[in-house]
Amino acid sequence: MVTLKINGLEIKTEQGWTVLDAAKFYGLEIPTLCYHEGLSPYGGCRLCLVEIGEGQRAKLVSSCTYPVEEGLVVRTDTKRVIEARRMMIELMLSIAPNSKKVQDLASKFGVTQVRFKIRNEECILCGLCVRMCAEQMDGRAIGFQHRGYRRKISTPFDIRSEECRLCGGCIYICPACQLRCQGPQPDTAICNACLTMEPTCLDHYEELQCWMYDAGRCGTCVREKPEKTQDIKQ
Amino acid sequence: MKEKIKIKKLEKIRSEISRERKINKTCITICGGTGCHAYGCIKVAQTFVDEIKKQNLQEIAEVRTTGCHGFCERGPIVVIQPDGIFYQRIQLKDIKEVISETIINKKIIERLLYIDLKTEEKIIYENQVPFYKKQKRIIFGNNGFIDPTEIKDYLAVNGYSALASVLESMTPQEVIEEIKKSGLRGRGGAGFHTGLKWEITSKSPGEIKYIVCNCDEGDPGAYMDRSLLEGNPHSVIEGMIIGAYAIGAKEGFIYVRDEYPLAVENITIAIEQAREYNLLGKNILGTNFSFDIFISKGAGAFVSGEESALLACIEGKIGIPKQRPPYPAQRGLWGKPTNINNVETWANVPIIINKGASWYSQIGTKGSKGTKIFSLVGKINNTGLVEVPMGMTLREIIFDIGGGIPGEREFKAVQTGGPSGGCIPKEMIDLPIDYESLTQAGSMMGSGGMIVMDENTCMVDVAKYFLNFLRDESCGKCLSCREGTQRMWEIVTDISEGKGKKGDIELLEALAEATRDASMCGLGQTAANPVLSTIRYFRDEFEIHIKEKKCPAGVCINLIHYSISKEFCTGCMACLKVCPQNAISGELKELHVIDQTKCIKCGACFETCKFDAIKIE
Amino acid sequence: MEAENLKVNQVIEKHHREKKELIAILQDIQAEYNYLPQESLKLVAKSLRVPLIDIIGLATFYRAFSLKRRGKHLVTACLGTACHVRGAPMILDEFKRKLNIQVGETTKDNLFTLETVNCLGACALGPIAVIDNNYFGQMKIRKVDKLIKKFSSDKRSRSE
Repeated sequence: MVTLKINGLEIKTEQGWTVLDAAKFYGLEIPTLCYHEGLSPYGGCRLCLVEIGEGQRAKLVSSCTYPVEEGLVVRTDTKRVIEARRMMIELMLSIAPNSKKVQDLASKFGVTQVRFKIRNEECILCGLCVRMCAEQMDGRAIGFQHRGYRRKISTPFDIRSEECRLCGGCIYICPACQLRCQGPQPDTAICNACLTMEPTCLDHYEELQCWMYDAGRCGTCVREKPEKTQDIKQ
Repeated sequence: MKEKIKIKKLEKIRSEISRERKINKTCITICGGTGCHAYGCIKVAQTFVDEIKKQNLQEIAEVRTTGCHGFCERGPIVVIQPDGIFYQRIQLKDIKEVISETIINKKIIERLLYIDLKTEEKIIYENQVPFYKKQKRIIFGNNGFIDPTEIKDYLAVNGYSALASVLESMTPQEVIEEIKKSGLRGRGGAGFHTGLKWEITSKSPGEIKYIVCNCDEGDPGAYMDRSLLEGNPHSVIEGMIIGAYAIGAKEGFIYVRDEYPLAVENITIAIEQAREYNLLGKNILGTNFSFDIFISKGAGAFVSGEESALLACIEGKIGIPKQRPPYPAQRGLWGKPTNINNVETWANVPIIINKGASWYSQIGTKGSKGTKIFSLVGKINNTGLVEVPMGMTLREIIFDIGGGIPGEREFKAVQTGGPSGGCIPKEMIDLPIDYESLTQAGSMMGSGGMIVMDENTCMVDVAKYFLNFLRDESCGKCLSCREGTQRMWEIVTDISEGKGKKGDIELLEALAEATRDASMCGLGQTAANPVLSTIRYFRDEFEIHIKEKKCPAGVCINLIHYSISKEFCTGCMACLKVCPQNAISGELKELHVIDQTKCIKCGACFETCKFDAIKIE
Repeated sequence: MEAENLKVNQVIEKHHREKKELIAILQDIQAEYNYLPQESLKLVAKSLRVPLIDIIGLATFYRAFSLKRRGKHLVTACLGTACHVRGAPMILDEFKRKLNIQVGETTKDNLFTLETVNCLGACALGPIAVIDNNYFGQMKIRKVDKLIKKFSSDKRSRSE
């Protein structure tokens, strides 16, 4: 058993748990995006940040990957944490403004402006689709490629993968694919409607605007051979 | 099969070598560092060898291609030992004369000597050259005497005597205590206490332990580790063997980045020779201690120099940093306790053992002991590698050793710590160099790159440069680092193109804080430094770019224009000929004019004009 | 194809099919072909029992590897900090203009590939360009064209 403190509360957990596991067990809410119970933790979205340690040496770590330690002191909602969290949401909004999940987070944490150029790329590289494909579906058809600002998720050689079984797991789990916000305000506004209405779109449209029925839009798994002939011949 | 060398035999071999070399033979040492390779030192060395052979002078003179001498600005460098006569910028046509005048007739050739920039005095001997005078080259100094591919040279300068005394008379715990007492701190940048790191690793449970030498040296502008590994590989090997003994490791890895082929070559040769001399392998020097070293090559990624990423690379996996804890000292390579140190840190170990921790701790400041090798580059007269005691001021390094700024320009700032560091402005030029003072100033020691900048360097451009580097080299996992560096780069680029707006600096600061706080590894956590430190000391330069859309240093292409000055233009038409856009018009002996609508500001005319007539504003 | 597969297999055997030698194996293949052919990556994946997608992830992560065929001559401009303050971006711009390609691309006639590197450690000679392992220091904008012409007419191959 490991004893640690979260928000002043002394708790006990099993060895091998993460701080997020501990927080959830005791009902303390920490926002997450790239975390999923059925998949290995990744620590990429940086939403689940908590502050550990004290004084000068206090630092922020992602609770989904940080293991519990004897005597650890954790605070889930300090000024540093909240400001960092808001900036992460703002950055995500600038990439995937139409994602209901991200919009919900923005409403909840009071992010009311996006000061960066909107990219409308949708993929925030949270890696859920990669882990879903590898761990739950045993496909390994898609993965991360390149690094830095060029990082992307794709199949080998950007063509239809032999490993892909068209299971749709990647689309199912993608936060940017889930329930696109079509709702009352234009793209660039953050309307706050999602918190009170769920799902938003049913109040305005006849059916769910879920991208499950429009696979191929981001559809990394079902991309056809590119039209341009590339220099990949031997 | 040859008999395996034991400790006493090593001493005998060393005395034999010294005896052989005491004969009055002149040794022509030629700097063989990569920098000098680019100057053509291989041809210089070969020509010397051929000439000596041709003139049958092998009895009185030998030629030795050594490791980097450090004074890269003046290559190719030839130092005639044992006198220490220093010839610089040697050309092939000088060689015959050097042999006939200096080697045979013992006369100095004045035109090959270094001329002091201030006094205009000609300096004959290496240790009198101002560049070297103020340095304390306890680690780097041996480079000039050693052919890195010849272990005998290293033995001749007392090499491996530290190892012998450790194996003969010290327990592993005693070695760790000595390193702790010396105050040695990691030279890779973070400055963690080396002795403490060794102790933690040695105390971690488990029979199998590893040690690693980090020669990834990704900071652009820094090449000290390269020159150490190329020029004196045995000093690193000796340090590692001593460390392995102290920690209890049986295998060690040297991780060298892909861009350093000569370093890989020389360390490979050195390891083979060390094995031949029973300094590596089973039962080293006849003792119970066995240890061997293997080389692992990088493949070109800055982030792979980070501790946990580097270990992943050695394991054959992708070099992306991992969440810690557990730390490498507890669970590293293949889950076993692993101690990682920088090349320079390992190279400091033999001298600490030989001369003692008390001697070593007298050098430097209270918190930072010993010396540090810096690469002094950029807008500086004496470009090269310098080794100075901790605590020396920037002023001494830049002006006394570095010879000041070329063209009599004004010193503006010096950048230390690479992409994780920051700029130190001219107001702080009397700052003593040590780990704490640099961190407090908003920069850091880093691996030792020191980029000097003058009045023609734009600080907004410098921030843009580092952000561009970081957004490309980020591994891309953490949103804060990947998007943070990308967005910061976008904002600074807009500022540099005249598209900056009110609130941009505040946004940069907020984004920088978030990037630093939210990122998992050192790259993201220090990515904010270049931006924050340039804003801290040069905020007004940013504001001029934003409010007045001007670049005072004359660098940001969208904000400057080239024009030809009436005063200086002689009408020689040289600029006309090189302009790729045919944007310059004018007749012979008449004032030339640049057509601003065609000018792409490529800089070709500025480069060509001998009369300083091209103005950038 | 057969001959190529044979060579790749030789490289894999040389490294004893060990997973930890993956980077070294790819380096050898890159050195042999000047890029990483698709078939070779599939072969490595099969022999080492590593998912192809992981190998691609690794190969695209590092600068040393290229999945596209490279030109006959590799032009590398140093963009280290020391070279940068000495005007390296302008040299790079001139190369881009004269070769009419962006960084990472190859000219249409397959003669030149343009890359950048972050510090070669020859800072005293900055700004520097390396063409086929030949160092050209103290580069000037007007030297760029001459260099390109020199290598265009050069019959030698890249490794000399």
